[in-house]
Amino acid sequence: MSALVPHLVGAIGAQTIIDAIGQGSIYALMAVGIGLVFGVLRLVNFAYGQLIMAGAYALAYSSQAGWPVWVGIVVCFAVVLALSLGMERAVFRPLRSQSPAVMLIATFAIAFTLQAAALLIDVRDGQIGQPAASIASLNRAIVVGGVDVRKVTIVAVAVAIGALALLAAILGRTRIGLQMRAASSDFLTARMIGVRANTVITVAVLLAGALAAAVAVILTIQSPLVTPDFALIDTVVVLVGVVVGGIDRLWTATLGGFTIGFAQGVINGALPTDKTVFLPSIVFALVVVVLIVKPAGLFVRGRSSVIDRV
Amino acid sequence: MTLDRRTLLELAGPIALVVIAGLLCLTVSRTIEIYFLLAIISVAIVTSISVFVGNSGVLSFGQISFVAVGAFSSGVLTIPVESKAGVLPALFPLLRDHTLGNVPSLALAAAVGAVLALVLGLPLMRLSGLAAGIATFAVLMITHNLLREWEKIGPGATTLALIPETTGWLQATVGTVLVIVVAFVYRHSRPGRMLCASREDAAAAAAAGINVHRQRLFAFTLSGALGGLAGGLYVHMLGSITADQVFLDLTFLTLAMLVVGGASSLWGAVIGALLVSGLSSFLSESESGIDLGFRFHLPEGSRLVILGAVMAAVLILRPSGISGGREFSLDGAGRLVGRLVGLHTSKGGSR
Repeated sequence: MSALVPHLVGAIGAQTIIDAIGQGSIYALMAVGIGLVFGVLRLVNFAYGQLIMAGAYALAYSSQAGWPVWVGIVVCFAVVLALSLGMERAVFRPLRSQSPAVMLIATFAIAFTLQAAALLIDVRDGQIGQPAASIASLNRAIVVGGVDVRKVTIVAVAVAIGALALLAAILGRTRIGLQMRAASSDFLTARMIGVRANTVITVAVLLAGALAAAVAVILTIQSPLVTPDFALIDTVVVLVGVVVGGIDRLWTATLGGFTIGFAQGVINGALPTDKTVFLPSIVFALVVVVLIVKPAGLFVRGRSSVIDRV
Repeated sequence: MTLDRRTLLELAGPIALVVIAGLLCLTVSRTIEIYFLLAIISVAIVTSISVFVGNSGVLSFGQISFVAVGAFSSGVLTIPVESKAGVLPALFPLLRDHTLGNVPSLALAAAVGAVLALVLGLPLMRLSGLAAGIATFAVLMITHNLLREWEKIGPGATTLALIPETTGWLQATVGTVLVIVVAFVYRHSRPGRMLCASREDAAAAAAAGINVHRQRLFAFTLSGALGGLAGGLYVHMLGSITADQVFLDLTFLTLAMLVVGGASSLWGAVIGALLVSGLSSFLSESESGIDLGFRFHLPEGSRLVILGAVMAAVLILRPSGISGGREFSLDGAGRLVGRLVGLHTSKGGSR
């Protein structure tokens, strides 16, 4: 196995591997955000991508207003967190007792509405898309051993590791973290022994929102033009990755998000250039195969009950 | 299959609505007629989805794949041979050198949808819950990717144009009524009832001797056939189509129609499709300004915001849909009329 790794790197190219790790890290962050909310609410939040999109617009408009970068980032976090809280109060809370299908379609409707609203705001200046220029400088590459490493890749990996470590600390070491773990393994029993449902859910939604804001910053550095469908396809891919990894547990979900981003990058690098347009077909065909072989999740040991519950 | 008067009435309600919508096409201008045709075809698409999703209780995001495949196969094969060599030179010779008539192309669309659903359903129908939702979603992504990029089977990233526009009010109405009748007969047949039993309790149904996998596969295939037919109707109404028109937006819109109407009944599928299409048409006319006694004018682009918000509101306030999962009945209609005029009829319920 260890002899295989350099061989594989040689065949695909270190550049591809580096880029794939960067992509995987961003997807892992999004996967954590989706997995956190699923853990406490049993809700697959399709509108997660629109939180990221809203944050990206906040960055774009801040940069156009000429505000310093740090102010833009603060505004981005404020917008995303406010929107997350609003979504929780207006949508998740009334639907909490409904079937997962109804909740999923409802978040679909929210995603659709937010995207249409963003378009409405965006086209006021007569064209679609707003550039977020001020933080794009991080997109420059530095050369390490003959390989171009974009600074944003390093930022993405660092933020992913930092955020995951912080999250592990919150979940493992704090009272609210313990309550969240209890709630995600059995919400009813957790409530019976005194866990406050609203507190736990609000904290989970806020943590997920903070991650969405961080992803918005990183993605805006990578592709500075913000459009209404910003992060839409990424969210779709991450949602798929999360289920493929195993949505029932945060770590398998995160690993699933990383894996699908990494796999996408590596397959893209391995394909001949004229065949890369078929990348989605190959990735999603693999997804179908994995789901048929391991419906509970690629990284879940044994048979989990998620397919019966949802 | 027993058909008493009440059961037949369940069929009469949806058909009556579709036929009325079809006949209204004759009284309006061409621009308004398109809205009616779209609404009728939405009924066909949503009904085809409900055959699987409504009866099995398994969420599928992949049903629009069958609509897409039906639309493209029917479209590609009805473009005249002499124009095809020019606009679609990369096609497989079999597709390039043959042209079908209108009705055979619709039959082919249904057949292609059915075969695709059968082949995909064989492995996929072993899944349920979220895994099924995501796997069918993956199917949608693959279908879209192939239709958009593979120039041997279609137009690639460009528009498939020059398709004969044969779907007028008659073809739309007849096709959609056919879809509704098939869905109705299936629901009241033995296999349909077995599938509904598995929706309520899969374990109990299996214990009673129902092969859940086989019943789901049957419904999935039937749904694929009806979806393919609906796609054929759709493409012959539009006259031109791109792969993006039968992708995420349509998936979202039709699923929302199904849930807004009430997923577990045929009546729900039909009124959901008609009401959401009606609202969408009204809003899109309002964007260019309409006369409602006063000048009603919405800003450009607000249609989708209002549409999305209304659907979210219906789901939050009435999660079982407008129909509440019930079929059409005169009692129900009477109760509704009674409520509207402020009379209190007995609360006995229709069943």
